[in-house]
Amino acid sequence: MGAGSKPNQWLTVALLTPTSIWFLFLLILPLIVILVFSFGERAAVGGYAGGFTFEQYGNLPSRLKAFQNTMLIAPLGTLLSLIVAYPLAYYLALRVSRRFKLLLLVLVIVPFWTSLLVRTYAWIFILGGRGIPTLLEFIGIEGVRLINTPGAVLVGIVYGYLPLMVFPIFVSLEKLDKSLLEASSDLGGSPFKTFMQITLPLSMPGIATGCMLVFILLMGEFLIPAFLGGGKVFFIGNALVDLFLQSRNWPFGAAVSVTLVVIMLITVSLYMRMMMRSKTGRDESLM
Amino acid sequence: MRIYAIAVFLFLYVPIGIIVLFSFNAGRHASELRGLSVQWYGKALSNPFVGDAFVTSLIVAFSVAILSSLMGTAAALALQRLKGTMRVLFDGLIYISVMIPGIVIGIATLVALVTVFDFLNPLLASIWPEGTKPPKLHMGYVSVIAAHTLFTMSLVIILVRARIAGMDRSLIEASMDLYATPWRTFYQVTLPQIYPAILAGFLLSFTFSFDDFIISFFVAGANTTLPIYIFSSIRRGITPEVNAIGTMVLAVSLILLMTAQFFLRARTNR
Repeated sequence: MGAGSKPNQWLTVALLTPTSIWFLFLLILPLIVILVFSFGERAAVGGYAGGFTFEQYGNLPSRLKAFQNTMLIAPLGTLLSLIVAYPLAYYLALRVSRRFKLLLLVLVIVPFWTSLLVRTYAWIFILGGRGIPTLLEFIGIEGVRLINTPGAVLVGIVYGYLPLMVFPIFVSLEKLDKSLLEASSDLGGSPFKTFMQITLPLSMPGIATGCMLVFILLMGEFLIPAFLGGGKVFFIGNALVDLFLQSRNWPFGAAVSVTLVVIMLITVSLYMRMMMRSKTGRDESLM
Repeated sequence: MRIYAIAVFLFLYVPIGIIVLFSFNAGRHASELRGLSVQWYGKALSNPFVGDAFVTSLIVAFSVAILSSLMGTAAALALQRLKGTMRVLFDGLIYISVMIPGIVIGIATLVALVTVFDFLNPLLASIWPEGTKPPKLHMGYVSVIAAHTLFTMSLVIILVRARIAGMDRSLIEASMDLYATPWRTFYQVTLPQIYPAILAGFLLSFTFSFDDFIISFFVAGANTTLPIYIFSSIRRGITPEVNAIGTMVLAVSLILLMTAQFFLRARTNR
Protein backbone atom coordinates (compact mmCIF):
# COMPACT_ATOMS: atom_id res chain seq x y z
CA MET A 1 0.00 0.00 0.00
CA GLY A 2 1.47 3.32 -1.00
CA ALA A 3 1.27 6.36 1.17
CA GLY A 4 0.52 10.00 0.78
CA SER A 5 -1.60 10.23 -2.36
CA LYS A 6 -5.08 11.76 -2.16
CA PRO A 7 -7.26 8.69 -2.83
CA ASN A 8 -5.35 6.85 -0.13
CA GLN A 9 -6.23 9.48 2.42
CA TRP A 10 -9.89 9.04 1.60
CA LEU A 11 -9.47 5.29 1.97
CA THR A 12 -7.97 5.76 5.43
CA VAL A 13 -10.90 7.94 6.47
CA ALA A 14 -13.40 5.44 5.05
CA LEU A 15 -11.77 2.52 6.82
CA LEU A 16 -11.83 4.35 10.14
CA THR A 17 -15.39 5.67 9.88
CA PRO A 18 -17.28 2.70 11.40
CA THR A 19 -14.82 2.47 14.28
CA SER A 20 -15.05 6.21 14.90
CA ILE A 21 -18.85 6.04 14.95
CA TRP A 22 -18.66 3.27 17.53
CA PHE A 23 -16.19 5.14 19.72
CA LEU A 24 -18.25 8.30 19.48
CA PHE A 25 -21.72 6.86 20.13
CA LEU A 26 -20.92 3.94 22.41
CA LEU A 27 -17.97 5.25 24.39
CA ILE A 28 -17.52 9.02 24.38
CA LEU A 29 -21.14 10.20 24.30
CA PRO A 30 -22.38 7.66 26.87
CA LEU A 31 -19.61 8.66 29.27
CA ILE A 32 -20.58 12.32 28.81
CA VAL A 33 -24.25 11.47 29.43
CA ILE A 34 -23.31 9.66 32.64
CA LEU A 35 -21.30 12.70 33.74
CA VAL A 36 -24.28 15.01 33.04
CA PHE A 37 -26.68 12.66 34.84
CA SER A 38 -24.49 12.59 37.91
CA PHE A 39 -25.17 16.30 38.45
CA GLY A 40 -28.92 15.85 37.95
CA GLU A 41 -31.81 14.95 40.20
CA ARG A 42 -33.90 11.86 40.51
CA ALA A 43 -37.29 12.00 38.79
CA ALA A 44 -40.32 11.01 40.89
CA VAL A 45 -40.84 7.83 38.86
CA GLY A 46 -37.16 6.92 38.90
CA GLY A 47 -34.81 7.80 36.10
CA TYR A 48 -33.45 11.28 35.56
CA ALA A 49 -34.63 14.86 35.93
CA GLY A 50 -32.48 17.74 34.77
CA GLY A 51 -30.67 20.07 37.07
CA PHE A 52 -27.28 20.97 38.38
CA THR A 53 -26.58 19.84 41.89
CA PHE A 54 -23.81 18.17 43.83
CA GLU A 55 -26.42 16.34 45.89
CA GLN A 56 -25.64 12.96 44.32
CA TYR A 57 -21.97 13.26 45.15
CA GLY A 58 -22.88 14.38 48.66
CA ASN A 59 -24.86 11.15 48.95
CA LEU A 60 -21.87 8.94 48.17
CA PRO A 61 -21.22 8.12 51.86
CA SER A 62 -24.52 6.19 51.92
CA ARG A 63 -22.79 3.58 49.76
CA LEU A 64 -19.54 3.85 51.69
CA LYS A 65 -19.57 0.15 52.57
CA ALA A 66 -19.48 -0.85 48.88
CA PHE A 67 -16.55 1.50 48.24
CA GLN A 68 -14.73 0.27 51.35
CA ASN A 69 -15.21 -3.38 50.40
CA THR A 70 -14.04 -2.76 46.85
CA MET A 71 -11.04 -0.66 47.79
CA LEU A 72 -9.99 -3.23 50.38
CA ILE A 73 -10.73 -6.53 48.64
CA ALA A 74 -9.73 -5.50 45.09
CA PRO A 75 -6.08 -4.67 46.00
CA LEU A 76 -5.92 -7.68 48.31
CA GLY A 77 -7.29 -9.94 45.57
CA THR A 78 -4.79 -8.47 43.10
CA LEU A 79 -1.92 -9.12 45.50
CA LEU A 80 -3.09 -12.70 46.17
CA SER A 81 -3.41 -13.36 42.43
CA LEU A 82 0.14 -12.06 41.96
CA ILE A 83 1.46 -14.32 44.73
CA VAL A 84 -0.24 -17.37 43.23
CA ALA A 85 0.56 -16.42 39.61
CA TYR A 86 4.23 -15.49 39.85
CA PRO A 87 5.70 -18.92 40.68
CA LEU A 88 3.56 -20.48 37.96
CA ALA A 89 4.64 -17.91 35.37
CA TYR A 90 8.25 -18.40 36.47
CA TYR A 91 7.95 -22.15 36.13
CA LEU A 92 6.34 -21.92 32.70
CA ALA A 93 8.82 -19.37 31.37
CA LEU A 94 12.10 -20.70 32.72
CA ARG A 95 11.70 -24.30 33.80
CA VAL A 96 9.52 -25.99 31.17
CA SER A 97 10.89 -27.40 27.93
CA ARG A 98 9.91 -25.65 24.71
CA ARG A 99 7.61 -28.46 23.68
CA PHE A 100 5.23 -28.18 26.62
CA LYS A 101 5.56 -24.46 27.20
CA LEU A 102 2.92 -23.37 24.69
CA LEU A 103 0.53 -26.15 25.65
CA LEU A 104 0.71 -25.29 29.35
CA LEU A 105 0.35 -21.59 28.67
CA VAL A 106 -2.77 -22.26 26.62
CA LEU A 107 -4.10 -24.37 29.50
CA VAL A 108 -3.68 -21.38 31.81
CA ILE A 109 -5.39 -18.94 29.46
CA VAL A 110 -8.29 -21.08 28.27
CA PRO A 111 -10.34 -20.76 31.49
CA PHE A 112 -10.20 -16.97 31.20
CA TRP A 113 -12.02 -17.15 27.89
CA THR A 114 -14.77 -19.42 29.16
CA SER A 115 -17.80 -18.20 31.03
CA LEU A 116 -16.80 -16.49 34.28
CA LEU A 117 -20.42 -16.92 35.34
CA VAL A 118 -20.31 -20.71 35.11
CA ARG A 119 -16.82 -20.95 36.60
CA THR A 120 -17.73 -18.74 39.56
CA TYR A 121 -20.91 -20.59 40.36
CA ALA A 122 -18.89 -23.80 40.58
CA TRP A 123 -17.48 -22.28 43.76
CA ILE A 124 -20.97 -21.88 45.25
CA PHE A 125 -20.95 -25.66 45.05
CA ILE A 126 -17.48 -26.16 46.47
CA LEU A 127 -17.67 -23.62 49.30
CA GLY A 128 -21.40 -24.03 49.98
CA GLY A 129 -22.95 -26.08 52.78
CA ARG A 130 -22.55 -29.43 51.05
CA GLY A 131 -19.08 -28.82 49.69
CA ILE A 132 -15.92 -28.37 51.74
CA PRO A 133 -17.79 -27.79 55.06
CA THR A 134 -19.35 -31.28 54.73
CA LEU A 135 -15.93 -32.76 54.03
CA LEU A 136 -14.56 -31.01 57.10
CA GLU A 137 -17.35 -32.47 59.22
CA PHE A 138 -16.13 -35.91 58.23
CA ILE A 139 -12.81 -35.25 59.88
CA GLY A 140 -14.47 -33.69 62.87
CA ILE A 141 -14.31 -29.98 62.19
CA GLU A 142 -17.83 -28.65 62.44
CA GLY A 143 -19.64 -25.39 61.91
CA VAL A 144 -17.28 -23.96 59.31
CA ARG A 145 -18.94 -21.41 57.10
CA LEU A 146 -17.05 -20.54 53.94
CA ILE A 147 -19.51 -19.08 51.49
CA ASN A 148 -20.65 -15.45 51.83
CA THR A 149 -17.40 -14.41 53.48
CA PRO A 150 -14.64 -12.10 52.24
CA GLY A 151 -12.45 -15.19 52.01
CA ALA A 152 -14.84 -16.83 49.55
CA VAL A 153 -14.84 -13.68 47.41
CA LEU A 154 -11.03 -13.66 47.45
CA VAL A 155 -10.87 -17.29 46.34
CA GLY A 156 -13.29 -16.48 43.51
CA ILE A 157 -11.13 -13.50 42.50
CA VAL A 158 -7.88 -15.47 42.38
CA TYR A 159 -9.63 -18.25 40.50
CA GLY A 160 -11.27 -15.93 37.98
CA TYR A 161 -8.36 -13.60 37.26
CA LEU A 162 -5.30 -15.81 37.65
CA PRO A 163 -4.85 -16.31 33.87
CA LEU A 164 -4.82 -12.55 33.33
CA MET A 165 -2.02 -12.21 35.87
CA VAL A 166 0.06 -15.18 34.69
CA PHE A 167 0.17 -14.15 31.05
CA PRO A 168 1.94 -10.75 31.19
CA ILE A 169 4.40 -12.03 33.82
CA PHE A 170 5.15 -15.04 31.63
CA VAL A 171 5.79 -12.77 28.65
CA SER A 172 8.24 -10.56 30.56
CA LEU A 173 10.09 -13.56 32.02
CA GLU A 174 10.20 -15.23 28.63
CA LYS A 175 11.83 -12.16 27.04
CA LEU A 176 14.44 -12.07 29.80
CA ASP A 177 17.99 -12.59 28.59
CA LYS A 178 18.91 -16.01 30.01
CA SER A 179 22.66 -15.26 29.79
CA LEU A 180 22.20 -12.71 32.58
CA LEU A 181 21.05 -15.49 34.89
CA GLU A 182 24.02 -17.63 33.91
CA ALA A 183 26.42 -14.74 34.40
CA SER A 184 25.05 -14.12 37.86
CA SER A 185 25.45 -17.72 38.96
CA ASP A 186 28.90 -17.95 37.33
CA LEU A 187 29.92 -14.95 39.38
CA GLY A 188 28.87 -16.78 42.50
CA GLY A 189 25.47 -15.17 43.06
CA SER A 190 23.15 -17.38 45.08
CA PRO A 191 19.86 -18.36 43.39
CA PHE A 192 18.06 -16.05 45.80
CA LYS A 193 20.34 -13.13 45.00
CA THR A 194 20.02 -13.81 41.26
CA PHE A 195 16.26 -13.77 41.61
CA MET A 196 16.12 -10.60 43.69
CA GLN A 197 18.64 -8.64 41.61
CA ILE A 198 17.93 -9.84 38.08
CA THR A 199 14.79 -11.89 37.56
CA LEU A 200 12.42 -9.89 39.73
CA PRO A 201 13.41 -6.39 38.52
CA LEU A 202 13.32 -7.51 34.88
CA SER A 203 9.85 -9.00 35.28
CA MET A 204 8.50 -5.79 36.82
CA PRO A 205 6.75 -4.63 33.60
CA GLY A 206 4.82 -7.91 33.50
CA ILE A 207 3.92 -7.65 37.17
CA ALA A 208 2.73 -4.07 36.72
CA THR A 209 0.65 -4.92 33.64
CA GLY A 210 -0.92 -7.95 35.30
CA CYS A 211 -1.72 -6.10 38.50
CA MET A 212 -3.25 -3.18 36.66
CA LEU A 213 -5.43 -5.36 34.44
CA VAL A 214 -6.69 -7.42 37.36
CA PHE A 215 -7.20 -4.42 39.62
CA ILE A 216 -9.17 -2.45 37.04
CA LEU A 217 -11.44 -5.36 36.21
CA LEU A 218 -11.94 -6.08 39.93
CA MET A 219 -13.04 -2.50 40.56
CA GLY A 220 -16.06 -3.17 38.35
CA GLU A 221 -16.63 -6.74 39.47
CA PHE A 222 -20.22 -7.80 40.04
CA LEU A 223 -20.55 -11.57 39.61
CA ILE A 224 -18.01 -12.85 42.13
CA PRO A 225 -19.35 -10.86 45.11
CA ALA A 226 -22.94 -11.55 43.96
CA PHE A 227 -22.35 -15.31 43.98
CA LEU A 228 -19.79 -15.80 46.72
CA GLY A 229 -20.45 -12.77 48.91
CA GLY A 230 -24.17 -13.42 49.14
CA GLY A 231 -25.24 -9.86 49.91
CA LYS A 232 -22.79 -9.64 52.81
CA VAL A 233 -19.66 -8.82 50.84
CA PHE A 234 -20.74 -6.48 48.06
CA PHE A 235 -18.72 -4.34 45.67
CA ILE A 236 -19.40 -1.05 43.88
CA GLY A 237 -20.58 -3.16 40.93
CA ASN A 238 -23.31 -4.68 43.06
CA ALA A 239 -24.38 -1.25 44.26
CA LEU A 240 -24.53 -0.09 40.62
CA VAL A 241 -26.75 -3.00 39.55
CA ASP A 242 -29.04 -2.18 42.46
CA LEU A 243 -29.14 1.55 41.67
CA PHE A 244 -29.72 1.17 37.92
CA LEU A 245 -31.87 -1.93 37.68
CA GLN A 246 -33.71 -2.22 40.99
CA SER A 247 -34.16 1.09 42.78
CA ARG A 248 -33.80 3.05 39.53
CA ASN A 249 -31.97 5.93 41.10
CA TRP A 250 -30.08 6.87 37.96
CA PRO A 251 -28.48 10.20 38.92
CA PHE A 252 -27.03 8.69 42.08
CA GLY A 253 -25.96 5.59 40.14
CA ALA A 254 -24.28 7.92 37.63
CA ALA A 255 -22.40 9.68 40.44
CA VAL A 256 -21.21 6.30 41.76
CA SER A 257 -20.09 5.29 38.23
CA VAL A 258 -18.22 8.55 37.70
CA THR A 259 -16.44 8.10 41.02
CA LEU A 260 -15.52 4.54 40.02
CA VAL A 261 -14.14 5.66 36.65
CA VAL A 262 -12.16 8.47 38.31
CA ILE A 263 -10.55 6.03 40.75
CA MET A 264 -9.66 3.77 37.80
CA LEU A 265 -8.20 6.66 35.78
CA ILE A 266 -6.02 7.66 38.73
CA THR A 267 -4.79 4.07 38.96
CA VAL A 268 -3.99 3.88 35.25
CA SER A 269 -2.14 7.20 35.22
CA LEU A 270 -0.10 6.17 38.24
CA TYR A 271 0.73 2.97 36.39
CA MET A 272 1.67 4.84 33.21
CA ARG A 273 3.96 7.12 35.18
CA MET A 274 5.58 4.10 36.78
CA MET A 275 6.10 2.50 33.38
CA MET A 276 7.53 5.71 31.93
CA ARG A 277 10.04 5.82 34.74
CA SER A 278 11.19 2.25 34.14
CA LYS A 279 11.26 3.02 30.39
CA THR A 280 10.28 -0.44 29.36
CA GLY A 281 7.95 -1.45 26.61
CA ARG A 282 4.62 -2.94 27.48
CA ASP A 283 2.75 -5.85 26.00
CA GLU A 284 0.03 -5.04 23.56
CA SER A 285 -1.64 -8.38 23.55
CA LEU A 286 -4.27 -9.42 26.05
CA MET A 287 -4.28 -12.98 24.87
CA MET B 1 8.04 -26.19 41.70
CA ARG B 2 6.44 -28.75 39.45
CA ILE B 3 4.14 -29.82 42.27
CA TYR B 4 3.12 -26.21 42.74
CA ALA B 5 2.30 -25.90 39.04
CA ILE B 6 0.21 -29.07 39.17
CA ALA B 7 -1.64 -27.72 42.20
CA VAL B 8 -2.47 -24.47 40.40
CA PHE B 9 -3.68 -26.35 37.33
CA LEU B 10 -5.90 -28.47 39.58
CA PHE B 11 -7.20 -25.27 41.18
CA LEU B 12 -8.07 -23.97 37.70
CA TYR B 13 -9.70 -27.11 36.35
CA VAL B 14 -11.29 -29.01 39.28
CA PRO B 15 -14.23 -26.56 39.63
CA ILE B 16 -14.95 -26.89 35.90
CA GLY B 17 -14.74 -30.66 36.28
CA ILE B 18 -17.21 -30.58 39.16
CA ILE B 19 -19.79 -28.70 37.08
CA VAL B 20 -19.38 -31.18 34.25
CA LEU B 21 -19.56 -34.19 36.59
CA PHE B 22 -22.67 -32.97 38.39
CA SER B 23 -24.42 -32.21 35.10
CA PHE B 24 -24.53 -35.98 34.56
CA ASN B 25 -26.18 -36.44 37.94
CA ALA B 26 -28.99 -38.99 37.93
CA GLY B 27 -30.45 -37.67 41.17
CA ARG B 28 -32.82 -34.71 41.49
CA HIS B 29 -30.72 -32.64 43.86
CA ALA B 30 -27.80 -30.69 42.58
CA SER B 31 -25.49 -31.46 45.46
CA GLU B 32 -25.96 -35.23 45.78
CA LEU B 33 -24.41 -37.36 43.11
CA ARG B 34 -26.57 -40.44 42.53
CA GLY B 35 -25.37 -42.32 39.49
CA LEU B 36 -24.79 -40.89 36.07
CA SER B 37 -27.31 -40.02 33.38
CA VAL B 38 -27.85 -37.54 30.60
CA GLN B 39 -31.46 -36.85 31.57
CA TRP B 40 -30.76 -33.21 32.53
CA TYR B 41 -29.39 -32.48 29.09
CA GLY B 42 -32.69 -33.72 27.68
CA LYS B 43 -34.57 -31.55 30.18
CA ALA B 44 -32.45 -28.50 29.37
CA LEU B 45 -32.71 -28.93 25.62
CA SER B 46 -36.47 -29.35 25.71
CA ASN B 47 -36.93 -26.28 27.93
CA PRO B 48 -38.28 -23.56 25.60
CA PHE B 49 -36.72 -20.76 27.70
CA VAL B 50 -33.30 -22.30 27.34
CA GLY B 51 -33.85 -22.77 23.61
CA ASP B 52 -34.89 -19.13 23.15
CA ALA B 53 -31.97 -17.87 25.25
CA PHE B 54 -29.56 -20.03 23.28
CA VAL B 55 -30.83 -18.71 19.93
CA THR B 56 -30.65 -15.12 21.22
CA SER B 57 -27.06 -15.67 22.40
CA LEU B 58 -26.08 -17.18 19.06
CA ILE B 59 -27.62 -14.35 17.02
CA VAL B 60 -25.94 -11.72 19.20
CA ALA B 61 -22.54 -13.45 19.27
CA PHE B 62 -22.53 -14.08 15.53
CA SER B 63 -23.46 -10.48 14.68
CA VAL B 64 -20.86 -9.17 17.12
CA ALA B 65 -18.16 -11.41 15.62
CA ILE B 66 -18.96 -10.38 12.03
CA LEU B 67 -19.18 -6.66 12.82
CA SER B 68 -16.04 -6.54 14.93
CA SER B 69 -13.85 -8.52 12.57
CA LEU B 70 -14.87 -6.33 9.61
CA MET B 71 -14.61 -3.00 11.41
CA GLY B 72 -11.59 -4.00 13.47
CA THR B 73 -9.62 -5.17 10.45
CA ALA B 74 -10.53 -2.05 8.48
CA ALA B 75 -9.42 0.14 11.35
CA ALA B 76 -6.20 -1.80 11.91
CA LEU B 77 -5.27 -1.40 8.23
CA ALA B 78 -5.99 2.32 8.32
CA LEU B 79 -4.25 2.96 11.63
CA GLN B 80 -0.86 1.84 10.36
CA ARG B 81 -0.95 4.81 7.98
CA LEU B 82 -2.17 7.27 10.55
CA LYS B 83 0.30 9.46 12.41
CA GLY B 84 0.33 12.28 14.92
CA THR B 85 -2.55 13.37 17.13
CA MET B 86 -5.16 11.19 15.42
CA ARG B 87 -3.04 8.12 15.98
CA VAL B 88 -2.62 8.91 19.67
CA LEU B 89 -6.36 9.59 19.96
CA PHE B 90 -7.31 6.26 18.40
CA ASP B 91 -4.74 4.33 20.41
CA GLY B 92 -6.14 5.88 23.58
CA LEU B 93 -9.74 5.02 22.65
CA ILE B 94 -8.77 1.44 21.78
CA TYR B 95 -7.07 0.93 25.13
CA ILE B 96 -9.91 2.57 27.05
CA SER B 97 -12.51 0.37 25.39
CA VAL B 98 -10.53 -2.79 26.11
CA MET B 99 -9.75 -1.93 29.71
CA ILE B 100 -12.96 -0.31 30.90
CA PRO B 101 -14.94 -2.81 33.00
CA GLY B 102 -18.01 -4.28 31.32
CA ILE B 103 -20.28 -2.85 33.98
CA VAL B 104 -19.33 0.71 33.01
CA ILE B 105 -19.96 0.00 29.32
CA GLY B 106 -23.30 -1.57 30.25
CA ILE B 107 -24.42 1.36 32.38
CA ALA B 108 -23.20 4.03 29.99
CA THR B 109 -24.90 2.37 27.02
CA LEU B 110 -28.12 1.88 28.96
CA VAL B 111 -28.29 5.47 30.12
CA ALA B 112 -27.29 6.96 26.77
CA LEU B 113 -29.68 4.83 24.70
CA VAL B 114 -32.65 5.35 27.03
CA THR B 115 -32.02 9.11 26.86
CA VAL B 116 -31.89 9.00 23.06
CA PHE B 117 -35.02 6.82 22.87
CA ASP B 118 -36.95 9.09 25.24
CA PHE B 119 -36.12 11.94 22.92
CA LEU B 120 -36.79 10.12 19.63
CA ASN B 121 -39.95 8.17 20.51
CA PRO B 122 -42.31 11.18 20.95
CA LEU B 123 -40.71 12.70 17.84
CA LEU B 124 -41.40 9.57 15.82
CA ALA B 125 -44.94 9.39 17.19
CA SER B 126 -45.62 13.01 16.18
CA ILE B 127 -44.43 12.65 12.60
CA TRP B 128 -45.98 9.21 12.07
CA PRO B 129 -49.15 9.21 9.92
CA GLU B 130 -52.48 9.20 11.81
CA GLY B 131 -54.02 5.82 12.47
CA THR B 132 -50.91 3.68 12.19
CA LYS B 133 -48.93 2.61 15.22
CA PRO B 134 -45.61 4.48 15.40
CA PRO B 135 -42.51 2.35 15.97
CA LYS B 136 -41.20 2.44 19.51
CA LEU B 137 -37.45 2.24 19.94
CA HIS B 138 -36.38 0.05 22.83
CA MET B 139 -33.45 -1.94 24.15
CA GLY B 140 -32.92 -5.25 22.42
CA TYR B 141 -30.70 -7.03 19.98
CA VAL B 142 -29.24 -3.86 18.51
CA SER B 143 -28.20 -2.40 21.87
CA VAL B 144 -26.52 -5.61 23.07
CA ILE B 145 -24.72 -6.14 19.77
CA ALA B 146 -23.55 -2.53 19.68
CA ALA B 147 -22.29 -2.60 23.27
CA HIS B 148 -20.44 -5.90 22.89
CA THR B 149 -18.90 -4.74 19.62
CA LEU B 150 -17.21 -1.78 21.33
CA PHE B 151 -14.94 -4.17 23.25
CA THR B 152 -14.49 -6.88 20.62
CA MET B 153 -13.77 -4.43 17.79
CA SER B 154 -10.84 -3.04 19.77
CA LEU B 155 -9.68 -6.57 20.48
CA VAL B 156 -9.62 -7.36 16.76
CA ILE B 157 -7.73 -4.12 16.07
CA ILE B 158 -5.05 -5.12 18.60
CA LEU B 159 -4.72 -8.67 17.20
CA VAL B 160 -4.65 -7.65 13.53
CA ARG B 161 -2.29 -4.76 14.17
CA ALA B 162 0.17 -7.06 15.92
CA ARG B 163 0.03 -9.28 12.85
CA ILE B 164 0.56 -6.37 10.47
CA ALA B 165 3.57 -5.29 12.51
CA GLY B 166 5.11 -8.73 12.07
CA MET B 167 4.34 -8.86 8.35
CA ASP B 168 6.94 -9.03 5.64
CA ARG B 169 6.75 -5.57 4.11
CA SER B 170 9.07 -6.36 1.23
CA LEU B 171 6.33 -8.49 -0.34
CA ILE B 172 4.01 -5.49 -0.43
CA GLU B 173 6.72 -3.32 -1.94
CA ALA B 174 7.48 -6.01 -4.50
CA SER B 175 3.81 -6.21 -5.40
CA MET B 176 3.60 -2.43 -5.85
CA ASP B 177 6.81 -2.43 -7.92
CA LEU B 178 5.26 -5.00 -10.21
CA TYR B 179 2.39 -2.59 -10.83
CA ALA B 180 -0.29 -4.44 -8.92
CA THR B 181 -3.24 -2.22 -8.04
CA PRO B 182 -3.58 -1.42 -4.30
CA TRP B 183 -6.70 -3.60 -4.17
CA ARG B 184 -4.89 -6.51 -5.75
CA THR B 185 -1.94 -6.08 -3.43
CA PHE B 186 -4.31 -6.15 -0.49
CA TYR B 187 -6.21 -9.16 -1.74
CA GLN B 188 -3.22 -11.25 -2.83
CA VAL B 189 -0.48 -10.18 -0.44
CA THR B 190 -1.79 -8.49 2.72
CA LEU B 191 -4.96 -10.48 3.33
CA PRO B 192 -3.40 -13.95 3.16
CA GLN B 193 -0.86 -12.80 5.76
CA ILE B 194 -3.32 -11.27 8.22
CA TYR B 195 -6.29 -13.64 7.89
CA PRO B 196 -5.23 -15.94 10.79
CA ALA B 197 -5.39 -12.93 13.11
CA ILE B 198 -8.78 -11.90 11.68
CA LEU B 199 -10.19 -15.39 12.16
CA ALA B 200 -8.81 -15.61 15.69
CA GLY B 201 -10.35 -12.19 16.38
CA PHE B 202 -13.67 -13.39 14.98
CA LEU B 203 -13.69 -16.45 17.24
CA LEU B 204 -12.59 -14.54 20.34
CA SER B 205 -15.27 -11.91 19.70
CA PHE B 206 -17.86 -14.65 19.38
CA THR B 207 -16.67 -16.26 22.62
CA PHE B 208 -16.63 -12.97 24.51
CA SER B 209 -20.14 -12.07 23.41
CA PHE B 210 -21.49 -15.57 24.01
CA ASP B 211 -20.11 -15.62 27.57
CA ASP B 212 -20.76 -12.00 28.54
CA PHE B 213 -23.20 -11.50 31.35
CA ILE B 214 -22.84 -8.02 32.78
CA ILE B 215 -23.17 -5.88 29.63
CA SER B 216 -26.15 -7.91 28.39
CA PHE B 217 -27.71 -7.70 31.85
CA PHE B 218 -27.92 -3.91 31.48
CA VAL B 219 -28.77 -3.46 27.81
CA ALA B 220 -30.58 -6.60 26.62
CA GLY B 221 -34.01 -5.22 27.52
CA ALA B 222 -36.59 -8.00 27.32
CA ASN B 223 -34.20 -10.35 25.50
CA THR B 224 -32.68 -13.09 27.59
CA THR B 225 -29.26 -14.40 26.64
CA LEU B 226 -28.00 -17.74 27.96
CA PRO B 227 -25.79 -16.22 30.71
CA ILE B 228 -28.72 -14.07 31.88
CA TYR B 229 -30.90 -17.19 31.98
CA ILE B 230 -28.27 -19.09 33.99
CA PHE B 231 -27.87 -16.16 36.39
CA SER B 232 -31.57 -15.94 37.16
CA SER B 233 -31.82 -19.75 37.48
CA ILE B 234 -29.01 -19.78 40.03
CA ARG B 235 -30.86 -17.12 41.98
CA ARG B 236 -33.74 -19.60 42.24
CA GLY B 237 -31.43 -22.43 43.28
CA ILE B 238 -28.89 -24.66 41.61
CA THR B 239 -30.35 -27.67 39.81
CA PRO B 240 -28.61 -30.34 37.74
CA GLU B 241 -30.32 -28.72 34.77
CA VAL B 242 -28.34 -25.50 35.35
CA ASN B 243 -25.18 -27.61 35.48
CA ALA B 244 -26.08 -29.18 32.15
CA ILE B 245 -26.63 -25.74 30.58
CA GLY B 246 -23.39 -24.49 32.13
CA THR B 247 -21.50 -27.45 30.70
CA MET B 248 -22.89 -26.75 27.25
CA VAL B 249 -21.84 -23.09 27.52
CA LEU B 250 -18.33 -24.17 28.52
CA ALA B 251 -18.22 -26.64 25.64
CA VAL B 252 -19.15 -23.96 23.09
CA SER B 253 -16.37 -21.64 24.31
CA LEU B 254 -13.83 -24.45 24.45
CA ILE B 255 -14.50 -25.53 20.86
CA LEU B 256 -14.22 -21.94 19.64
CA LEU B 257 -11.04 -21.34 21.64
CA MET B 258 -9.37 -24.41 20.24
CA THR B 259 -10.22 -23.22 16.75
CA ALA B 260 -8.85 -19.74 17.56
CA GLN B 261 -5.69 -21.26 18.96
CA PHE B 262 -5.31 -23.28 15.78
CA PHE B 263 -5.38 -20.11 13.70
CA LEU B 264 -3.01 -18.23 16.01
CA ARG B 265 -0.63 -21.20 15.81
CA ALA B 266 -0.87 -21.13 12.03
CA ARG B 267 0.30 -17.56 12.32
CA THR B 268 3.46 -18.40 14.23
CA ASN B 269 4.29 -21.41 12.07
CA ARG B 270 4.32 -19.51 8.84
